[in-house]
Amino acid sequence: MSAAIETKKILTEPLVNNNPITLQVLGICSALAVTSQMSTSLIMAVALTAVTACSSAAISSIRNHIPGSIRIIVQMTIIASLVIVVDQVLKAFAYEISKQLSVFVGLIITNCIVMGRAEAFAMKNPPMASFIDGIGNGAGYSLILIIVAFFRELFGSGKLLGIEIFPLTKDGGWYDPNGLMLLPPSAFFIIGLLIWVFRQWKPEQLEKADFKIMDISHGEGGHH
Amino acid sequence: MSNGIKERLDKCEHYQKFDAYKDKILALGNDSLEKTIAVALALCFVCAILVSFAAVALKPLQIENKALDMKKNILEVAGLLDENTDINQAFSDQVEEKLVDIQTGNYVDDMDAVKYDQRKAAKDPEQSIIIARDDDIASIKRKAKIAKVYLVKKGGAIDSIILPIHGYGLWSTMYGFLALEADGQTVKSINFYDQGETPGLGGEVVNPNWRALWKGKKVYGESGKVELGLIKGVVNTSKPGSEYEVDGLAGATLTSLGVSNLVKYWMSDQGFSAYLDKVRIKGEG
Repeated sequence: MSAAIETKKILTEPLVNNNPITLQVLGICSALAVTSQMSTSLIMAVALTAVTACSSAAISSIRNHIPGSIRIIVQMTIIASLVIVVDQVLKAFAYEISKQLSVFVGLIITNCIVMGRAEAFAMKNPPMASFIDGIGNGAGYSLILIIVAFFRELFGSGKLLGIEIFPLTKDGGWYDPNGLMLLPPSAFFIIGLLIWVFRQWKPEQLEKADFKIMDISHGEGGHH
Repeated sequence: MSNGIKERLDKCEHYQKFDAYKDKILALGNDSLEKTIAVALALCFVCAILVSFAAVALKPLQIENKALDMKKNILEVAGLLDENTDINQAFSDQVEEKLVDIQTGNYVDDMDAVKYDQRKAAKDPEQSIIIARDDDIASIKRKAKIAKVYLVKKGGAIDSIILPIHGYGLWSTMYGFLALEADGQTVKSINFYDQGETPGLGGEVVNPNWRALWKGKKVYGESGKVELGLIKGVVNTSKPGSEYEVDGLAGATLTSLGVSNLVKYWMSDQGFSAYLDKVRIKGEG
């Protein structure tokens, strides 16, 4: 009974309470790069979730035999191999999408979420739990990616998943698209706003201030 | 079945040695040098097998995808593609692949056109030439000596001539095809099948609405020079000379300039003008 609750917690915790993007602020680079369209974001989300889950399970299954001195390289090798496999599979079965994602699939290797989960969770937990943790964190990443892509595609090109929602002025409609939404910096703004929304909703996510600015009138320091 | 294999493995002397060694290694402390090396080697071995298996097993599918995609682009630019087209069938029925020596404009018949890869040849010092800096308006540095063109024929006469073009935009080299009518002067269509311009801005080079503007435009002016190019803003079609002008891409000045330059380059005597002259004289492939 408690095992089931534990599993559910591992799976759902990273969605909001411990989201890899908004709380841990990991994996921002690819979140900027692939979110100008929903379709590429969805494929990227699936690819990253698959890699995180499988690499966490693989690393966890040999965790008791990984020498500490080459631990990071061992993790990287496993992650990199899985990423190449995903890239090859996409090229074989989803050629159009793999052309659009181009280098970003390869860059999953450097995605901090995958390494972060390997190091933080998979090295200390059994394979099944690590696999679920990978799925959970992949889903947390996917959630943010899809929200960002939703706004960027809708306001940047008036479409969702390539289907026209707002008719554009250049095609005789009424919507004048926001070009900034198509450029990577717009994802920064959206992610920033999302972090703000999440932290308003869940105030416990607020970070403690590193230092407190002293009130001048009551300050003890200062020489007059 | 698996028991049978295990029995045979147990009898094998090498396997017994391997098994004993494996037990010894697993029992070692994680930080011993021997275990570190053994784990690293074993991991590399397993990962290498996984990666090479995926690469080799999926290669035929990938090559097929790539070839199919290329055929689709060619049929599309020739205006032969609709939803129900069987791409392989339509391609082999209607399109003829030909190799052309860019400098002389003559066909090259002693090479296999189907296997020739112009993009690969452009990188090979043996099969390509360096473009002089002043001539290199498309910023491509080298070009293949031999180009692969595609002819669509109807009733024995050429219906369209499809020429490969490429050049640098803002971020990326854009690869595409320009389809001309048999007069080697009137544009049928243009498409870019490989480009990395900003989505929504320069990336609109793939937008069907914009590409439709190219239909019926003329390449060469009275003097025989390439006049076709993009302008800033929208073309006023009532103005004389508008048959040489296409709307620029909004918000993508450098991509537009890149497209103009690459069209100019590939249609000039650096590109296909010698070949097009010969096609016009002969009136056939």
